[in-house]
Amino acid sequence: MEFLPTLWFILIAVLWIGYLVLDGFDLGVGMLMKVWAKNESQRRVLLNSIGPVWDGNEVWLVTAAGATFAAFPHWYASMFAGLYIPLTLALLALILRAVSIEYRGKSHSQTARNLWTWAMAGGSFVAAFTIGAMLALTTTGLPLNEYGDRVGGPFAWFNGWAVLGGLAVVGISLAQGWAFLSLKTLGAPRLAGNRQLRRYLPLYFLPAATWAILVVMRYPKVPSWGMLTVAAVGLVLAWGASSRRKEGLTFTGMVVFIVFGVGAIFTALYPNVLPSTINEAYNLTVTTASSSDYTLTVMAIVTAIFFPLVLAYSVWSYWVFRQRLGEQHIPESVVVTPV
Amino acid sequence: MDPLEVARWQFGITTVYHFLMVPLTIGLGIVLVAMQTAWHRTGKEQYLRMTKFWGKIFMINFIMGVATGLVQEFQFGMAWSEYSRFVGDVFGAPLAMEALIAFFLESVFIGIWVFGWGRVRPRVHLTVLWLAVAGSVVSAYFILAANAFMQHPVGVEYVDGRAQMVDFWAVMTNPTLLVHFPHTIFGALAVAGSMLLGIGWYHLWKRRKEGIDTVDKHGYVVVGSTGSKARDEVDYKGWRSSFRWGGWIAIVAFLGTAFTGHTQAQMMIQQQPLKMAAAEAACHDGTGFSLLSVASRDGEGATTCNDVVGVFEIPGLLSFLAHNDFTTPVEGVNSLIPQYEEAFGTHLPDDPRYGERAGSEIEYLPIMEVTYWGFRLMITFGGIAAVAAALGLWIGRKGTVPHDKTLMNMAWLSILAPFAANSAGWIFTEMGRQPFTVAPNPDPTGVDQVWQYTAAAVSPGVTGQEIVFSLAALTLIYALLLVVEVVLLVRYTKGGHPAGMPELLADEDTDDDDHKPSSDVLSFAY
Repeated sequence: MEFLPTLWFILIAVLWIGYLVLDGFDLGVGMLMKVWAKNESQRRVLLNSIGPVWDGNEVWLVTAAGATFAAFPHWYASMFAGLYIPLTLALLALILRAVSIEYRGKSHSQTARNLWTWAMAGGSFVAAFTIGAMLALTTTGLPLNEYGDRVGGPFAWFNGWAVLGGLAVVGISLAQGWAFLSLKTLGAPRLAGNRQLRRYLPLYFLPAATWAILVVMRYPKVPSWGMLTVAAVGLVLAWGASSRRKEGLTFTGMVVFIVFGVGAIFTALYPNVLPSTINEAYNLTVTTASSSDYTLTVMAIVTAIFFPLVLAYSVWSYWVFRQRLGEQHIPESVVVTPV
Repeated sequence: MDPLEVARWQFGITTVYHFLMVPLTIGLGIVLVAMQTAWHRTGKEQYLRMTKFWGKIFMINFIMGVATGLVQEFQFGMAWSEYSRFVGDVFGAPLAMEALIAFFLESVFIGIWVFGWGRVRPRVHLTVLWLAVAGSVVSAYFILAANAFMQHPVGVEYVDGRAQMVDFWAVMTNPTLLVHFPHTIFGALAVAGSMLLGIGWYHLWKRRKEGIDTVDKHGYVVVGSTGSKARDEVDYKGWRSSFRWGGWIAIVAFLGTAFTGHTQAQMMIQQQPLKMAAAEAACHDGTGFSLLSVASRDGEGATTCNDVVGVFEIPGLLSFLAHNDFTTPVEGVNSLIPQYEEAFGTHLPDDPRYGERAGSEIEYLPIMEVTYWGFRLMITFGGIAAVAAALGLWIGRKGTVPHDKTLMNMAWLSILAPFAANSAGWIFTEMGRQPFTVAPNPDPTGVDQVWQYTAAAVSPGVTGQEIVFSLAALTLIYALLLVVEVVLLVRYTKGGHPAGMPELLADEDTDDDDHKPSSDVLSFAY
């Protein structure tokens, strides 16, 4: 086991997990703006509940990509080139979604707002699905040749794993979205969140759990099974808590599931980072895909200094906006007219 | 479809587009910090109104920078996987650090700033803005470190066919970066300055047009009021400050870009002599700076260097620009190309990784029409912005601007000049680097083989159709979003200070001291 590449593999797993936990609820709330919210004021409660924090959460994705580039250039290159089409879709979805958050409230006509709601909900769904598909495929592999380049054409990546991973992240996001709403809002969204999780929590996590179990069965490892067990405990805890209306505990249990479930997947994958479905010899591993020890050391030092800072001020931002949001808090929409 | 050509178009379009938003984010961010700090220190209401109004303009643009920036983080891997593999060890680090150190700072704190009015103490709220804008500025440093490496690789060794970082400090203090960075920041300030000047002008003009402000017999402003807070004396003070700040910022920014640009050009002659020669369309060694060169096109369509004829040259100026004297000749294309051919060969290697291009002849000369005009348009548009700013300040020296439609239209147009200058500058420097993605360092201490042809950088596994699909989809979405952004910018610009402070309109009939908005309702919501 090589220390530095392994450390960076863990850090990248942490970034992905952080992304799924945090932007998970942003994506979920985005989808619920169309799927659940029934009127304009509910939509605005949903949108504003994530308003101050969503952008910081999305940086986890950007950092995961950047860290992969820096620490595992070959992983970065093979994965993103191999998954060209789904990644393009993810980017288009994330662009539309980001812009809709800022521009929706600045649009005057109801038609424009409806379009932005579609952009938000559709963008959130497509982003969650494609990101899930890509994560699943990095665990089960792509048809890579000896140079790490995908063969077989633009859709060679497509298989059942992609669909399963896509559904997994959509499910995680929806559940996270509900849990976030039950923690952060008042009135209807909170009640709906509690009800949904009380009834359907295991259903939302079913694809994710299936994905995790199948990956661990594919690359069985004792620590992975251990982590899956903890994840299962988290899920049971969350479901139990949801029926007792303990919103904080429900959310915590779900986070435990995501952390250990995805952790189990990454642990099972190790030491591969991106397997080749053509020939095991072409697998990208933490050693073959990684940067030099010098680069990894520099990056590790910088991360040791700045990552705790990022965590500290991110937590502070949630503290600042700890107040629950209800329809009574939403001001009238602003109509800007020429002076 | 040739994947390489489509991929290059895609990178160019997405990056130039992204860089329409970036300079406004950086420049206006710095200005916002100054405005809110001024409000915090003086308590004068016009600074609060300016902060809130420009804050809206900032956010309308900021989000587009964020959204289009996402593509940047991924597209190296998508379409340029060989590039990513070749330089990832050194190039990935600044990108990762940009995300970790700068993007988190920027994104988390801008969220707190936007929603934090009245939620955190004013001092904290001001600090939050400082931190967010610091994030933007720091992000510029990191991404320029990455770009400077492509222009002038340092701090690396060639190991096992790849660039391997051996000196992080050298990468982060690359001399190219040290002039790149101030040049870019001044370029960003030029954008913000022209924006302030133009929009400040618009509202001063509107107040004149509507007879709110008048002038006395010496031409000095007599400030009026409609009785509404939307057009009171404070409103005037705000626009006058925006206007004046903008003018001075634009002038300082132009001088800054000129000085740093001069240093950059001198450095470029050392580091990428062919780029500079191509910017001059200088085929033969010489000392004169060409104000205009033309080329006769022969029937073949291609223009060769020797067809270029200088129509009007300033003797000695090129040598001054290059070497700070008037006599040392600057090498032209005809002497440089043989040097490149000797060092790097005349043909691409017969390597299957080059695909159909393997063994084909290398064109070391960048597309001269692009470099020549890119360089000149950058300077011209930068100059137009500065002249417009100086002229604007002079015309507005008596406190307001004339009630004149033509001048107003020119003020609108002048807002576009620094955007055009920034785009032209980037197109020049990136196209001028061709045929390399990583230009060879001519003083190769340890970095001998760390350079790469663009033809070797593209993703071998990705098909032309895939890139055509993403290019078409991104271009379409970008075009639509640009329309939306401009519509919103115009709407908020015309809305004036009340666009940032709706309470200016709502408060009209109530006494200030008695009226306090319910603390339950958010001061801002989407």
